[in-house]
Amino acid sequence: MSLAGKVALVTGASRGIGQAIALELASQGATVIGTATSDSGAEAITAYLKEAGATGAGLRLNVTEEGACEGIIAAIEKDYGPVAILVNNAGITRDNLLMRMKDDEWDAIMATNLKPVYQLSKAVMRGMMKARWGRIINIASVVGATGNAGQTNYSAAKAALFGFTKSLAKEIGSRGVTVNAVAPGFIDTDMTKALPEEQKAKLVEAIALGRLGLPKDIADAVGFLASDRAAYITGNTLHVNGGMFMN
Amino acid sequence: MENIEQRVKKIVAEQLGVPETDVKIESSFVNDLGADSLDTVELVMALEEEFECEIPDEEAEKITTVQQAVDYVSANLSK
Repeated sequence: MSLAGKVALVTGASRGIGQAIALELASQGATVIGTATSDSGAEAITAYLKEAGATGAGLRLNVTEEGACEGIIAAIEKDYGPVAILVNNAGITRDNLLMRMKDDEWDAIMATNLKPVYQLSKAVMRGMMKARWGRIINIASVVGATGNAGQTNYSAAKAALFGFTKSLAKEIGSRGVTVNAVAPGFIDTDMTKALPEEQKAKLVEAIALGRLGLPKDIADAVGFLASDRAAYITGNTLHVNGGMFMN
Repeated sequence: MENIEQRVKKIVAEQLGVPETDVKIESSFVNDLGADSLDTVELVMALEEEFECEIPDEEAEKITTVQQAVDYVSANLSK
């Protein structure tokens, strides 16, 4: 229970990777706040946390709403205390060939996958600096490193997280705060269920371990980076992709 | 007034890890007391707590010496 007494915030925690991360951090004893874009999603988070015997709750957060990111950090600090572990997981895809891409598809990705990472990280900084302890873990993607046709917007935003992670790690390292990224490969979630079977089969062929990843594979990596066992790791990206891409 | 100056100096010494005697009214945090940019951010955080006020970013950036900190606090506490 190495994270006992610490408050963790996981964005996009209603299902998939985010849910697995929330449960992993809870299993290490953290008080977990998970966010979802809808009230029903937030209630579902509260329910699964309760079922797991964890302390914490689901909250509604639409990261693209003006002031929402700052607001939720203030609310969490008031009710639970300062956020010690921030997992920036919320993300969407708006795939299209560049030649067909619309401004709103590009903008939606930047507004949801990139800007909130800046806003939330900034908002938790004060608490982490004062505590001389903090973990910021950004969920990137293998496509940020490899590229992927049809995902110029998504891969650009995910690659941006690598640079953000390194710069912030340098900025804040002297205060005991580590900043890392986890880059999932192809994980079996609702997001990848949308892919055609044929494409999925081809993808699996390229994975050394011969299977899609599970949300738990990612959660375990995040759980490690959040723990004191990873105290000397910062500014890094942990690739969790079954060997489909080797850095 | 002197009280505020003493309190500011004490916080500066604590935050920057320098002896209080080294903290003069004209001392610059960065040039004289060896602070880096992150130290100055933390210093402002500490001042906010000590004097129970909120110092907006655009004001905080102008506070680079002990004198400026004392002036800011004096002006905003008397309001």
